[in-house]
Amino acid sequence: MPILEANNLTYTYSIGSPFQKTAVDHINLQIEQGEFIGIIGHTGSGKSTLMQMMNGLLKPTEGTVLLDGKDIWAKKADRRAVRFQVGLVFQYPEYQLFEETVYKDIAFGPKNMGLDEKEIDRRVRETAEAVGLDEKLLEQSPYALSGGQKRRAAIAGVMAMEPRVLILDEPTAGLDPLGRTTVLTQLREYHKKTGCTVMLVSHSMEDVAKYVSKLLVLSHAKVVCYDTPERVFARGAELEQIGLALPQITKVFHGLKERGITFPEEVYTVRFGAELLRAKLEGSTPPC
Amino acid sequence: MLKDITLGQYFPIKSVVHRMDARFKIIITMLFLVMLFWGQRLTTLGAGLFFVIVATACSRIPPKMIVKSIKPIVPVLIITGLFNLFLLDGGKIYWKWHFLKLTEEGVHTSAFMIARICLLIAGTSLLTYTTSPIVLTDAIESLLSPLKKLKMPVHELAMMMTIALRFIPTLIEETDKIMSAQKARGADLESGGLIQRTKALTPILIPLFVSAFRRAEELALAMECRCYHGGEGRTRLRVLKSGLRDYLALAFTLLLFATVILCRIYVRF
Repeated sequence: MPILEANNLTYTYSIGSPFQKTAVDHINLQIEQGEFIGIIGHTGSGKSTLMQMMNGLLKPTEGTVLLDGKDIWAKKADRRAVRFQVGLVFQYPEYQLFEETVYKDIAFGPKNMGLDEKEIDRRVRETAEAVGLDEKLLEQSPYALSGGQKRRAAIAGVMAMEPRVLILDEPTAGLDPLGRTTVLTQLREYHKKTGCTVMLVSHSMEDVAKYVSKLLVLSHAKVVCYDTPERVFARGAELEQIGLALPQITKVFHGLKERGITFPEEVYTVRFGAELLRAKLEGSTPPC
Repeated sequence: MLKDITLGQYFPIKSVVHRMDARFKIIITMLFLVMLFWGQRLTTLGAGLFFVIVATACSRIPPKMIVKSIKPIVPVLIITGLFNLFLLDGGKIYWKWHFLKLTEEGVHTSAFMIARICLLIAGTSLLTYTTSPIVLTDAIESLLSPLKKLKMPVHELAMMMTIALRFIPTLIEETDKIMSAQKARGADLESGGLIQRTKALTPILIPLFVSAFRRAEELALAMECRCYHGGEGRTRLRVLKSGLRDYLALAFTLLLFATVILCRIYVRF
């Protein structure tokens, strides 16, 4: 059974006013335990709205969200418990930091869960380490941190609830290249270590291509495709039509294909591309 | 929840009234108010109703919206009505109990008062329905500009108002976002007693204040970078322009106003 499931999910903003807009339009989705899913789409394609429905922050206009097969908007469902299981890191999460110290801020979620001091302490220290925050920083005010550190502290605040599904809405927006790689690498490590399901929202193919096991492409409130990266990138022309750029390395290999040099697999990371090229070159020319 | 708050109540459609010069709209609304309070009962009600109907028709605002604007003041209407109904003296007495009495005068005045307040709200909300808050501020600045001679900081006041109005939706959006983010971390905003609920606001208020200050600082910097130095010699992007329709509307209102005054002087009901 999929851990999260969306059936016919629809969300319409400002119904009945001149500003009415359907942000998510009858989407069906199944997410399996332990997957690392990338969600790509343009600004306004409905990514954020969809994510906020997944943990019960927004009530769908139509359709249902099932967590472990149970409707999270059923009459007796406890939405607060759902939010502990489906953790959502918002865009620019550093703006939600409010406590006196980083430690207390990370502890806010676990505290709301009603855990005891010892367990909270373990979680705070573990997640701080997972996102690479130094022990010394824990006693500082979150407002004294640098931008990248703030971002990681905020992400740790959600991780500390140890959700079974971790959703991150553009966790790398506004970070420098180094900060981006750091956050994404740490995220992959975290996924490997805990085995939880991760959903990563982004509008950069480059970012997600390397990390995810499945890609969900959204455009104009609808699902364009939901498949492994290889299969998604194989439909390159279609993606470019809806205005999403392929990773540069994939473009290079598509160009090679047009010139008659074909490879059996779809390429979307530089390392894999390099390996394929090397193998091909070594295969066609005898080693000297 | 928060997304349902509409600022002012601007209703963005296209109509003659929407295109009118906001300064004229303000002046006409003021004339309308004075008229409501000056005239005799029947002429005032007649003229007021006529004005509201014509203006609503021209503005293409659904009448439902006008009725909606009256809803929030229903308690005021009820209180005004009851006071006038039972406490006024004069005319035939229908019913009496201690100091409470129902008289002819009371019934008339109470009905008139209720009708007058309804017209007052309907007329003024037409102004805010058809004029965006920013344009309204511009118009107020323009109308108050003679006061600059008296060293009143008219431009600065208008600028402050514009900025405040401009940032209300932004701050609402921000509050919404922060609330969602804290709810995602299990913040409980809906249950508990007064003290608990107040405490639950801390995770929302602190980030909100921090971000408001940050925004203010950024805005000040951005304005300075673009050489903002107050109102002197500053031209506008949206210049308020008056045309034939504005004068026609003003003439129509003045005519109505004159009729009401003439009735007051010469006609006795």
